[in-house]
Amino acid sequence: MVPLSHYLTLGAIIFFIGVWGVLTRRNAVIILLSIELMFNAVNITVVAFSRFLDQFTGQIFAILVITVAAAEATIGLAIVISLYRGRESLNVDEINLLKW
Amino acid sequence: MELLFFYIFAGVAIGSAVLVVTNKNVLHAALFLILTFFCVSAIYVILRAEFLAAIQILLYVGAIMALFIFTILLINVMQAQFLRQFHGQRSLAAILVVALAAETIFLLLSDFRGSFPLMPEMPSETLGKAGLQTLSNLLLTDYLLLFEVASVLLLAALIGAVVLARGNIATADRRR
Repeated sequence: MVPLSHYLTLGAIIFFIGVWGVLTRRNAVIILLSIELMFNAVNITVVAFSRFLDQFTGQIFAILVITVAAAEATIGLAIVISLYRGRESLNVDEINLLKW
Repeated sequence: MELLFFYIFAGVAIGSAVLVVTNKNVLHAALFLILTFFCVSAIYVILRAEFLAAIQILLYVGAIMALFIFTILLINVMQAQFLRQFHGQRSLAAILVVALAAETIFLLLSDFRGSFPLMPEMPSETLGKAGLQTLSNLLLTDYLLLFEVASVLLLAALIGAVVLARGNIATADRRR
């Protein structure tokens, strides 16, 4: 049997890999992919707690997180397409209209 | 045995997650992310969440990643791999992320029983016997509002994506 702390550590490691990608990459698509990684890490944690507490609530929340991830990916990719149409570039350093 | 499979899938998941973040080619990054999703799905099976494992493959790999790959093919991002890939802030971000991760993992591994006193040491074997039935009953009784809100959210995302990606029809006509 796998102890709970192993699942939580796996979730934490994948989450922080995703954070690193969001903070350092300049390509907007890779940033969206890193956000998907972070969603998955949270799901691992929630499902592990659900298994160890012997309740199904965690799995329902994981389903909700997957729904939100689907919505976020659709909107994110639509923004990426409309950005690319306007600027021919996906470099987030150049997209600073709302920055200051 | 279970522990061995957990370590295999966790190792592959972490390795391909690192490759997603460090890869120059966006398409390869997306394919490595699919590998990560398959490993996470295997971990759901180890956690006796078979329905979620199926949903993970159907929805993430089948729908979300297909959408990502279509978008990557639609826009010409292949030229982007010849540019600089990382911000100037990358060393600072790496220090921050490593510090945060070390802190979290240290807390998880050091005083674990003190942090979660009600948590049993090992899971019971009763969960997952009638898993899907219990899950669907809960979803349509106790969490019905959640279910409806998720549907409305998906509808809003659908309309928003159409509006955002359609572009300005007037300028498209002029360009033609």
